[in-house]
Amino acid sequence: MDVYLILSQMTLGLVNGVFYAILSLGLAIIFGLLGVINFAHGVFFMLGAFIAYALGQWLGIGYWGALIIAPLLIGMLGLVVEVTFIRHLYRLDHLYGLLLTLGLALFVEGFIRIAFGPQGLPYSVPPSLRGAVNLGYMMLPMYRAWVVVAGVVLCLATWLIIEWTPLGAKLRAATDNPVLVQAFGINVPVMLTLTYGAGVALAALGGVMAAPILSVDPSMGTSVIIVVFAVVVIGGMGSILGSIVTGLGLGLLEGLTKAVFPQASSTVIFVAMVIILVARPRGLFGKAA
Amino acid sequence: MAGTAFLKTTRTAGVSQSQFLGFTKARAIFFLLFAALIAVGPQFLYPIFLIKVYCFIIFACGYNLLLGYTGLMSFGHAAFFGMGAYLCGYAATQWGLPFELSVLAGTVIAAAMGLVFGWIAIRRTGLYFAMITLALAQMVYFIAMQAPFTGGENGIQSIPRGTVLGFIDLSSNTTLYWVISVIVLAAVAFYNRIIHSPFGQVLRAVRNNPERAKSLGYNVDRFKLAAFTISAAMAGFAASLKTITFGIATLTDVSYVISTEVVLINLVGGIGTIFGPVVGSFFILSLEHFLAPYGPWVLLIQGIVFTVFVLLFRQGIVGELQKRFRTHL
Repeated sequence: MDVYLILSQMTLGLVNGVFYAILSLGLAIIFGLLGVINFAHGVFFMLGAFIAYALGQWLGIGYWGALIIAPLLIGMLGLVVEVTFIRHLYRLDHLYGLLLTLGLALFVEGFIRIAFGPQGLPYSVPPSLRGAVNLGYMMLPMYRAWVVVAGVVLCLATWLIIEWTPLGAKLRAATDNPVLVQAFGINVPVMLTLTYGAGVALAALGGVMAAPILSVDPSMGTSVIIVVFAVVVIGGMGSILGSIVTGLGLGLLEGLTKAVFPQASSTVIFVAMVIILVARPRGLFGKAA
Repeated sequence: MAGTAFLKTTRTAGVSQSQFLGFTKARAIFFLLFAALIAVGPQFLYPIFLIKVYCFIIFACGYNLLLGYTGLMSFGHAAFFGMGAYLCGYAATQWGLPFELSVLAGTVIAAAMGLVFGWIAIRRTGLYFAMITLALAQMVYFIAMQAPFTGGENGIQSIPRGTVLGFIDLSSNTTLYWVISVIVLAAVAFYNRIIHSPFGQVLRAVRNNPERAKSLGYNVDRFKLAAFTISAAMAGFAASLKTITFGIATLTDVSYVISTEVVLINLVGGIGTIFGPVVGSFFILSLEHFLAPYGPWVLLIQGIVFTVFVLLFRQGIVGELQKRFRTHL
């Protein structure tokens, strides 16, 4: 077996793993506080990529600008979505939240298909990140190296904010016991709104980062979100760090499979999910039911 | 922020009302109305379109048994629908099996898959259950894309219709229409019978209060698994009929669009109602049929319908009718 091939496929797998980590992290934060599985998470990821594309086409704003503008726009959109739609479902069974966000996802995907057509659109790598780095066992395109480093930093920063800042402490407290936190004078409804906005902004940031790698097309969000659901089931949504580690780890596993048994590379994460469910139903980092 | 228990819309099934095979007077009237609609349908609409609606009614009935009466939301029924379609098509073309056995093959494979997937998925409940079934179905989709017997992008084509019982030739659309009509009426009656049987009562107990059902000595997991398997079998059965009608089984049948469609049909029709699948299938498939020329607008409008029904009419059309007429439909 070619060790170089395995190593290079796993390195490339890490790029996917970064996207899984960013998305499952956002899902876990939103789920923890709002109790909603955000099916629309995938389309916010997709919207991030499309905003990057549109900014480049129409306003001549490049990658770095998009990296700031897209998450801000999508974050604001997220605030509006929470206030207009999601907020009305907190009293009900969580499954209605899933149905609602699925409806929103279909709507947005339909809208983007009408506006941009169904085919993939190209988005080029920014000039400052062209070229490749020599890792000894492979030439890694500079842009992918950037995605891995930036993505891991982003995930760890989010984790640090949640674990080590006063804001994060409030967030964790509200996740544990919203009624008590509200009694201490913290405005929990506003927190829910901001959390949703921040979670989807994170997804949009991931979308901008993915734009030069994946082709920018309307269904890119849905296909990635289904894999991320499996990632979430494997990791369990109990721990923030857990979802980061699981996301990255499954990216590596996917890369490994691509090198060893390529036919199974699209199904390996689902197979891993089945194995985990049989062996440890609550997931790797999940709390006991 | 614990949610209220999911969809406790039905009270205990008409214990005080007289019923025959699960039919109260109101349900019998609604059933006869449906039969009448089927009888006059071809005068107004293309029979093949109506057959497609009837197939989705069967599919949606099985799904509502699981979602509405057992309280489990699956996002993976495309796996059973798609594999049912593939195997039925394969049996009819490659093995040369007659209509009955091809449909049986599609139903049995779906039931077997339902048994396995159910066994895996019922380890978790609620949102996790939904995500697990979705992921399992996506796995089946990728397998269908690569496996040789599905024909990949082309699917299985020119599947013969054959004959029923060896003498009713299905090649005429009119004959096929009446055969499927009888089957869909039988399927709805069967679904109604299951829901209003002692088994159906236990399913509702499992949905409303699993702990209590367990304390009464019911094996909750076994009942969930049974409901899941029946529901998968009905998906495979419906898909087989659709495959025979259109003579084709493709990747679309196994894609997640099918899973969301059956959820949407039941949400619009009425989750936890007998006639929700009937009304929902007519509504959603008509919408798709008439919007089809406008391409992606279908997706956009489906999204709006989803959102509006979740926010404003969670009981669905039949659920609203039930409220108005104070009865169970």
